Amino acid sequence: MEAEGRAPGSPLLAGGEGPGVDSRPAAGAPGTARGPLIAAAEVLALDDEEDDLEVFSKDTSLAEVNSFTPSMPISPSSMINQYKFEDGPELRDLFITVDDPESHITAIETFITYRVVTKTSRGEFDSSEYEVRRRYQDFLWLKSKLEEAHPTLIIPPLPEKFIMKGMVERFSDEFIETRRKALHKFLNRIADHPTLTFNEDFKIFLTAQAWELSSHKKQGPGLLSRMGQTVRAVASSVRGAVKNRPGMFTEINDYMGTFSQKINLLDKIAHRIYKEERDYFNEMKEYGPIHTLWSASEEDLADSLKGIASCIDRCCKATEKRMAGLSENLLPILHEYVLYSEILMGVLKRRDQIQGELDSKVDALANRKTEKDLFSEEIGKLEDKVERANNALKADWDRWKQNMQCDMRSTFTNVAENNLRFYEECLATWESFLASQTVDLHVEEDSEDRP
Amino acid sequence: MESAEPEPSGSRPEEEEEEDEEEDEEEDGALLPPEQPAAAMEDCLAKKMEITVSEAEKRTGRNAMNIQETYTAYLIETRAVESQSEGQCAPVESLWRRYSEFELLRNYLSVTYPHIVVPPLPEKRADFVWHKLSADNMDPDFVERRRIGLENFLLRVASHPVLCQDKIFYSFLTQEGGWKEMVNETGFQLKADSRLKALNATFRVKNPDKRFTELKHYSDELQSVISHLLRVRARVADRLYGVYKVHGNYGRVFSEWSAIEKEMGDGLQSAGHHMDVYAASIDDILEEEEHYADQLKEYLFYAEALRAVCRKHELMQYDLEMAAQDLTSKKQQCEELATGTVRTFSLKGMTSKLFGQETPEQREAKIKVLEEQIQEGEEQLKSKNLEGRDFVKSAWADIERFKEQKNHDLKEALISYAVMQISMCKKGIQVWTNAKECFSKM
Repeated sequence: MEAEGRAPGSPLLAGGEGPGVDSRPAAGAPGTARGPLIAAAEVLALDDEEDDLEVFSKDTSLAEVNSFTPSMPISPSSMINQYKFEDGPELRDLFITVDDPESHITAIETFITYRVVTKTSRGEFDSSEYEVRRRYQDFLWLKSKLEEAHPTLIIPPLPEKFIMKGMVERFSDEFIETRRKALHKFLNRIADHPTLTFNEDFKIFLTAQAWELSSHKKQGPGLLSRMGQTVRAVASSVRGAVKNRPGMFTEINDYMGTFSQKINLLDKIAHRIYKEERDYFNEMKEYGPIHTLWSASEEDLADSLKGIASCIDRCCKATEKRMAGLSENLLPILHEYVLYSEILMGVLKRRDQIQGELDSKVDALANRKTEKDLFSEEIGKLEDKVERANNALKADWDRWKQNMQCDMRSTFTNVAENNLRFYEECLATWESFLASQTVDLHVEEDSEDRP
Repeated sequence: MESAEPEPSGSRPEEEEEEDEEEDEEEDGALLPPEQPAAAMEDCLAKKMEITVSEAEKRTGRNAMNIQETYTAYLIETRAVESQSEGQCAPVESLWRRYSEFELLRNYLSVTYPHIVVPPLPEKRADFVWHKLSADNMDPDFVERRRIGLENFLLRVASHPVLCQDKIFYSFLTQEGGWKEMVNETGFQLKADSRLKALNATFRVKNPDKRFTELKHYSDELQSVISHLLRVRARVADRLYGVYKVHGNYGRVFSEWSAIEKEMGDGLQSAGHHMDVYAASIDDILEEEEHYADQLKEYLFYAEALRAVCRKHELMQYDLEMAAQDLTSKKQQCEELATGTVRTFSLKGMTSKLFGQETPEQREAKIKVLEEQIQEGEEQLKSKNLEGRDFVKSAWADIERFKEQKNHDLKEALISYAVMQISMCKKGIQVWTNAKECFSKM
């Protein structure tokens, strides 16, 4: 399964309360963000739903009642109601939700587990539905396994272990909710990835019970040994790799340098905007009630003053909504791409490292002309390795870029819509106040002789 | 016993009130300056003359202590309003005045017309500033807003039925030289009541007119609530400024980012431009709001003018009560002397008991003096009572006028606030609609 350059629309997930609420905002016209590899004929959004119907009706016959899954009837229609399909030709056959954080207290530690629910129609899964509980450590394990298996693929970012700057307490509700959403995103991004979605460790992560997972984890090289490998490899081969690096990857490197800087700035700006809006909201809360207080000592002016007070209060609530939109949408996405830019630097380094292995062998060969045959086989293998790595990265890079474009487009469009809603609501409030006042004014003017 | 209570003029039937008003206007009350009947609206100076404070200029000069100082001078321009038929424009007269002269004028008016709610001057120093505004008196924005405030002050005085007829006011507008001397010659400073005296009266007065007491409470509440409102408004303005300005950062970063993008570049770049527009738009919005704040500030200062009228009433009432009390005690003394009975304890009484009575001649003399004093006292009390009633009536008339003006002005101000908010929302909608279009093309 090679990377086809499919660019599924970014799964912008609303902060859903329960499992299975996965709505997508309008992400531009279908077909605009397509790479050259996709034929125009594939863009038939409406027909896809029919295909999906068939897929589900085929698979329900295979559904086994797994003793570990809840006895929830999965009818095709309920699936379609719960999940909206992306614009585009992709058929989703793997649906994952992360929810229901729960605290676990043992003698040694306290930690949180999240419920991971998987619904699938894929043949390679024994069942069509799974429910497991996972903790953050498990996600870390998954990520490192994926990086190990696919060193030059762009593995989606995981939320950080601990956020210092926000001054959010480690187990505060806000922190847990932010993390939950990010973990949900993480798994879905993997599910959408043409290669990673079929990774065996991924499948085990989604399906295995706790004890199964721990025993599986114990197999294979540990994290530390692998990390050591990477560090040594990077140290020994980076210089050489930069020299022989194909131009394309240097371009990507340069691009990522600037992109990383800009996305970090945007992240800061967005946080600053949120803070300013919150401060504004706090002051506004006090502003309205003063008018109500004033109205108590006035007679003629009382209605106008109360009217103003209620307008201000409504604008205040609208501001709250605007802030919520920012924190649910823009902030998480920008943060994700801040993490992505670090990941990409890492991927580029690993590619360089793979190439470095080849280059150092080639250099070694140039120095010892006698053992040509021995080396040439090794070199051949390394050359293949480099080519595979380069191709994988190139394809994944294209896919990532398209996804990024899509994400940015829909996120910022959403920000604009958010602000539009805010201003439209405030406008309506003030206009209706004005209408009520000018009616009164005309009545007054008619009944008095004004100089 | 003379009553020291003011007659409740408000309860008199209307016809009587009208007659009395005419009578009062003909009488030369010791308190009210000789004046014609209050001008009808059409005859107000404001209608006959165009008045503007058109310029402000920084000046340096030597003050009374021969120290070099910098101050701002304001140009007052006046022009007689010609009737339509003549078609000619009268020439514009102008003269320069500084803030301290405005203050002098207002002090003169407050002392000379204590029954009038005298329009307030704009603030001497910048108050209720938020971070972008300067608290510096020389700051051009402050000077500009003060210029407008001074013009407003002059227009208020010129459209007041009583104040507009004042000669000193007219000279302030038209006579450059010697005006200060003219004001001082009126000797108004001597008529001013001492602060201490007024404070004393406020505490000790027994029967002030309830309406004035209520009015005093109202003006306290008004002052308190408007200051609170202005303070919070300034903080809200500060925060709003922050929200808009931070969006300006988007413009720069989008522009830099667009340099490395191919397909997204145009959308980013043009969206960034709109973010710059958004950030810049707050400046005009908040400047307009400052004018709204100034309108509220005027009424904040008006509260003080209201209190001044109430204080004057309390002072007069206290004066009256003291005079009545004094008269009562004198009458009592007289009676005691005449009848020979001592009803009240007095040192004189005791000493005379101890050292012998006065001679009948001495007693007669004393009685005669007291009787003269009592006569004087009764006349004084009568005129004080009259003054008090006149004051209450004319003050209350002006207070009613003021109330109407206040309700009208503040209602308009609140409406203009709503209009400003609407304009701000519309601008926001425009910018974000444009930005949305750019984003959707990324």
